[in-house]
Amino acid sequence: MSLPDPAVLLPQMAAALSAHLQQRQIAEPRYIGIHTGGVWVAEALLQAMGQSAPLGTLNVSFYRDDFTQNGLHPQVRPSALPFEIEGQHLVLIDDVLMSGRTIRAALNELFDYGRPASVTLVCLLDLNARELPIRPDVVGATLSLAPGERIKLHGPAPLSLARQLLASH
Amino acid sequence: MTPTAAKRPLQLNDQGQLRHFLSLDGLSRELLTEILDTADSFLEVGARAVKKVPLLRGKTVCNVFFENSTRTRTTFELAAQRLSADVISLNVSTSSTSKGETLFDTLRNLEAMAADMFVVRHADSGAAHFIAEHVCPNVAVINGGDGRHGHPTQGMLDMLTIRRHKGSFEKLSVAIVGDILHSRVARSDMLALKTLGCPDIRVIAPKTLLPVGIEQYGVSVYNDLAEGLKEVDVVIMLRLQRERMQGGLLPSEGEFYRLYGLTTQRLALAKPDALVMHPGPINRGVEIESAVADGSQSVILNQVTYGIAIRMAVLSMAMSGQAAQRQLNQDSEEQN
Repeated sequence: MSLPDPAVLLPQMAAALSAHLQQRQIAEPRYIGIHTGGVWVAEALLQAMGQSAPLGTLNVSFYRDDFTQNGLHPQVRPSALPFEIEGQHLVLIDDVLMSGRTIRAALNELFDYGRPASVTLVCLLDLNARELPIRPDVVGATLSLAPGERIKLHGPAPLSLARQLLASH
Repeated sequence: MTPTAAKRPLQLNDQGQLRHFLSLDGLSRELLTEILDTADSFLEVGARAVKKVPLLRGKTVCNVFFENSTRTRTTFELAAQRLSADVISLNVSTSSTSKGETLFDTLRNLEAMAADMFVVRHADSGAAHFIAEHVCPNVAVINGGDGRHGHPTQGMLDMLTIRRHKGSFEKLSVAIVGDILHSRVARSDMLALKTLGCPDIRVIAPKTLLPVGIEQYGVSVYNDLAEGLKEVDVVIMLRLQRERMQGGLLPSEGEFYRLYGLTTQRLALAKPDALVMHPGPINRGVEIESAVADGSQSVILNQVTYGIAIRMAVLSMAMSGQAAQRQLNQDSEEQN
């Protein structure tokens, strides 16, 4: 099965997110991308929405539950949130939603900065493999992978998706 | 081929990751750079409203200080607390050993409290290494300074200070000034600068305060301060360790200051944007003039801030290296 093209998904996601925010009467949300792929998707999404709002970035390495297995990733840039979190409506953006553990880590980190009014989750892909009760509000596409398969986002421009096989399979 | 336990350096696991942090000797440039990069990202945590991340939640870090220290102990405590570990600090010099308990018995007791990591400071060179060899598996040992041998976290925080203010090491001239003989900081700094590719490392000291064979570190030796400071990018001043001196090495402190004290006038010989560093505690008017210590080129207090980030990096990397090794051992047991 061929993978979807992010360039096709992004305008649909932009429209869905605008509708979602409008329905919730959220006028000025704060946009936050998760390093590294989520930041690329967030930048492309803001562009597709014609938005020039500042983008916060999140490095969740220090909050992961699997750092002892995967180590820290110091090459990833530190978190930078150029706005308040307390009382704000947040739009959290990532590239691929798989187990949901990255989002769990991101939510924990965000709450260390303050208590947001709400968090809306946007993902380019949902792989139907969640291990936690975390579901995106806006999603580009949903697909299922064969065992041992992973998806990698290449970017930042143009964005493209590629299938990978884990070494152990 | 996996390296055998005998060949593998004690402080690395089978994958070459840090599992203890005992000495900068034998650590690769890549690993030192990884420590600096990790510390860089921890600096951001120190700037937050909530200065805490959950990396070491549920772990117990035990500071075992056989020798007095305020700055090193408190920054290790803060580092461990910012990683959400539980921390206990033992001042052993005033504790059980004075009641006759041996080093081993003290350690076995701490192990029985299920400590995951020991930060050790000891007046004897090689103490941290010795403890790492004898501690039970899965416990990480961090050297917080051992005798004259090394003070690797201080060395790394000095490197972070230099990198953050100068960008890189490849074109720098760095002078280390003062009591080289008694300084474990000097040793760690020389090793780290060499590994990170600094081309011009100078040590400046009177002959009586230089160890024999100092040249083996790949440094140039100066006995004259004015000559050694010419056009340097970084000046690292060392504390005059009066408590370690056994007579005869120095005529007097006044004489030392006259010849080797860093004054405004002498600092002018270095590059105009030269950094002034000092591991602390500073002796004003003994090795450094107050106007220099408090001046615009001084980064002495930045060093303290960077020290917390370096210690967070080393604590989390060693804990991660221990966990990875445990996993490797489990996997190979299952295969057998």
